[in-house]
Amino acid sequence: MKQMSKIVRTITNLLYGFIIIFGFYVIVHGHLTPGGGFQGGAVAASAFALLLVSYGSLNIQKFLKKDLLSILESCGLTMFIVLAFLGLGITFFYNFLANSGSWFGDTAVIGINSGNMNTGGVIPLMNIAVGLEVLSALGVIVLIMAIGAEFTKKKENS
Amino acid sequence: MKKIIFGVAFLLFFSFLIVSAINMRSFGEPTFSEMDDYFIENAQSETGVNNVVTSIVFDYRGFDTLGEATVLFTAVVGVVALFRRAIK
Repeated sequence: MKQMSKIVRTITNLLYGFIIIFGFYVIVHGHLTPGGGFQGGAVAASAFALLLVSYGSLNIQKFLKKDLLSILESCGLTMFIVLAFLGLGITFFYNFLANSGSWFGDTAVIGINSGNMNTGGVIPLMNIAVGLEVLSALGVIVLIMAIGAEFTKKKENS
Repeated sequence: MKKIIFGVAFLLFFSFLIVSAINMRSFGEPTFSEMDDYFIENAQSETGVNNVVTSIVFDYRGFDTLGEATVLFTAVVGVVALFRRAIK
């Protein structure tokens, strides 16, 4: 895949940071606003797809490393399962941090209100874990399929 | 003969659909709403989360989310295995 024109690359340079920041906003505010780990991860991965399309699969490998993304993905899934196992004193997936007063342990105000970031127990942490996993999983899929397409084209031409 | 059997089966199935459409309860009134009422009343005080959907997805039904994450992981493993010659 060759890189696209200068116009597309300039606009991509302007936009991709904002898209990634919006994705992380959706992930981190998953327990207060609509959205969560899956949705925010998909938004942030769309920035990777934009970079890949505009710069081409040969140039992208310098600053979007698939090994790093793949390590991040495993870390996210492991973090999710470890958080689930930490509640094992009562049951699997028990929310042991909620209403405890420590990390993310404030009690929520009942009713309609604008929300407090420091509530939710393990749910914000699980949102971050799942968001990390989805973001890097979709990034790895897109990257590897682009590299594979390049490889197949080279084989067919030779 | 085959056409007659298919026609009878189709008529039976279609009449069943029409009867169930006539007898359907009106929109927005579920038969059982105990579970929904429980979530709406207790989700904020039990999990401390303002977004009730997130509290269901990550707390009450955490196993479902674990399965979804595992499905995505399996998809990545499949793609990497498919393109293993290209990425080494």
